[in-house]
Amino acid sequence: MNLEILGILVLWTFLFGYVIVASVDFGAGFFNAYSVYTGKKHILTNIIQRYLSPVWEVTNVFLVFFFVGVVGFFPKTAFYYGTILLVPASISILLLAIRGSYYAFETYGSKGHKGYAFMYGLSGLFIPASLSIVLTISEGGFVSIVDGNPVLDYWTLFSSPLTWSIFVLSLTAVLYISAVFLTWYAHKAKDKKATELMRKYALLWAFPTIVTAGGIIVELRFHNPEHYGRILDLWWMFALSFLMFIGTVYLIWNRKYYGRAFGLLAGQFALAFYAYGFSHYPYLLYPHLTIYDGFTNKAMAISLVAAFIAGLCLLIPSLYLLLRLFLFDKKYVEGKSDYHP
Amino acid sequence: MVNEEALFFSRILTELTLSFHIIYATIGVGVPLMIMIAQWVGIKKNDEHYILLARRWTRGFVITVAVGVVTGTAIGLQLSLLWPNFMELAGNVIALPLFMETFAFFFEAIFLGIYLYTWDRFENQKKHLLLLIPVAVGASFSAIFITMVNAFMNAPQGFELVDGQLVNINPIVAMFNPAMPTKVAHVVVTAYMTAAFVLASIAAFRLLRGSNHIYHKKALSLTMKLGLIFSIAAAVIGDFSGKYLAEYQPEKLAAAEWHFDTEGKAPLILYGKLEDGEVKYAIKLPFALSVLAHSDPTAEVLGLDKFPEDEIPPLYIHYLFDTMVTIGVWMVVLSFVFWVGLKRRWRIIHTKWFRWLVVLGGPLSILAIEAGWWMAEVGRQPWVLRGLMKTADGATSSNQVDLMLVLFAGLYVILAIGTIVILSRMFRKNPVERELEDRAVEKGGDPR
Repeated sequence: MNLEILGILVLWTFLFGYVIVASVDFGAGFFNAYSVYTGKKHILTNIIQRYLSPVWEVTNVFLVFFFVGVVGFFPKTAFYYGTILLVPASISILLLAIRGSYYAFETYGSKGHKGYAFMYGLSGLFIPASLSIVLTISEGGFVSIVDGNPVLDYWTLFSSPLTWSIFVLSLTAVLYISAVFLTWYAHKAKDKKATELMRKYALLWAFPTIVTAGGIIVELRFHNPEHYGRILDLWWMFALSFLMFIGTVYLIWNRKYYGRAFGLLAGQFALAFYAYGFSHYPYLLYPHLTIYDGFTNKAMAISLVAAFIAGLCLLIPSLYLLLRLFLFDKKYVEGKSDYHP
Repeated sequence: MVNEEALFFSRILTELTLSFHIIYATIGVGVPLMIMIAQWVGIKKNDEHYILLARRWTRGFVITVAVGVVTGTAIGLQLSLLWPNFMELAGNVIALPLFMETFAFFFEAIFLGIYLYTWDRFENQKKHLLLLIPVAVGASFSAIFITMVNAFMNAPQGFELVDGQLVNINPIVAMFNPAMPTKVAHVVVTAYMTAAFVLASIAAFRLLRGSNHIYHKKALSLTMKLGLIFSIAAAVIGDFSGKYLAEYQPEKLAAAEWHFDTEGKAPLILYGKLEDGEVKYAIKLPFALSVLAHSDPTAEVLGLDKFPEDEIPPLYIHYLFDTMVTIGVWMVVLSFVFWVGLKRRWRIIHTKWFRWLVVLGGPLSILAIEAGWWMAEVGRQPWVLRGLMKTADGATSSNQVDLMLVLFAGLYVILAIGTIVILSRMFRKNPVERELEDRAVEKGGDPR
């Protein structure tokens, strides 16, 4: 395996990590706001806060890691994506900033402010949407080169059905992933009411998620036939992913093995995510930038990989400790051990 | 082709974001160390007050971390958004420390979360101390790595430029560039110093505002002592930085010192005003610049006359230099008087006006940080990579930068107000007296 592939695999894995952790986070914010709005706050808020509080900062680092890593391994992305993404990425930063700071202000400052909860929930839904624009742009067709500089055509972007399908997928997937996770978490906390409510949401969002995901593949057939062809070559990965989806829904429907249901969900998204990534190969920005012409020099690539391995040796035990103390600590999950910020 | 308007707004927006971010970043680097020290002192002296000090600081710290994280994410992305050409070039050589910084940050984030939510889980306080070490280490290392990137921009090395192509790249050599030791040391130590004085100013303020609790007195003397140590260290390293500049970046030193003509026995100019190229009302310390630059009162110091006109930084950086140095020296004096006063039992350090001076010390230290960064950054104009790439060639070609500037300015106003409101509410609602009582009741012992 060459270094280019290794680099993109590392980054793709971190992006996948971010997608899962952040989806739980964003969706939880939305469900929390929704529960405040519909008078069901007492059911959900405790569960959500107890899970989110220790990990909110970690979630953000996954994203930082990804974009710093991309520029490190593929410096040319700074030129292409940096130039065209000024407006969309700035909006994402603004939303992330509002969300991150409001969360801290709300949790540690004034508890139970309705406006905060609302802002928090809403911004969480817009962030995945604004970030997913990058995925759309990477499919090509929205960027032209003028005077040697890339320029983004906003009109084509916003009038493309592909844009809106990816937008809808980002919303539904966030709510679905989050609902499945929180069902499991609430069940572990022996909170029957919260479990039932989250189970309902999980089943509600499962169908729209799978429909939009399938729809995007069809749209790619018209938008980027080359990519579509490569997706068809990997049909078995998508098929496996779909089977896992069925498994998750089956388990949740029958109210059993919520942990395994979440495991299947993670598998489903991992397969689809990697299959999508592989089929995108070798382009970072179709057709202008491939992972080969955007790659950094050999010396930097080797030192980045070395730093990455050293970093992982530090990170994995720490993350394990974090999970053990909060996610897998029975007393903490059930709210019997200390939880007072 | 340079897009003049985009260049102008990109510079303003970067300056705005960084100026706002470093307030939180400096606190974020310095305060964890103070928290760790307080926890450690508390364990050593078996004194509940210091443990509580660590916890109350942490609670305020979380708010500043949150804003630091979001503004840090902003500047991280803005680097590529506003300076795509620069990042494309520099990314080839300097991505390594940037990458390592995220690891340090990751490490800190994980353990801060753990420390915050395991308040009373472990009987043994030493375990809580163990959790604080990675937080402080992670915070300091993110400062170290990110300052390496900045040092590289001042003294690029670790590659060869052949026909406009970068070859023979060595990331390690790029990281350990000549600007690195003084820059990193100065940044880290001044962050510790600022954090100590900011916390001292809170303690002094509480003492002034009626609470005469022994807790605040302990906080004040601990932070002032730490502040003294770090401010002396900052001054010493500042002197090394001057020597570094004389050797590697003489145009920055010359501009900061208004040293126009190359000469030996160079005087140091303090304060003053520049009018039509004439320096007025300045205090001249004979030989001092030669000493600062080369540790030799007769040594020759390069003046601005040796540089092409379009490579000279703006001369207003002199005022920034003066601001930084004056505040630095003033804080050394103030904390030294406090320390001697504590030993000799002088009454003066308990007077109202002295405490007001201490209160002022926190904001002043932050101002010195800002002034120092502005001087360092403006002082390397017109270069973004000194001697390699001009700032104008690194900027984006996008036309919407002005709009982004407005958006982000609005965001920072909201964040600033939010921080102030939440922090003051948090501590006013829950004074230390009440918290001590609550804790005593929780433990079932007597209220102290």
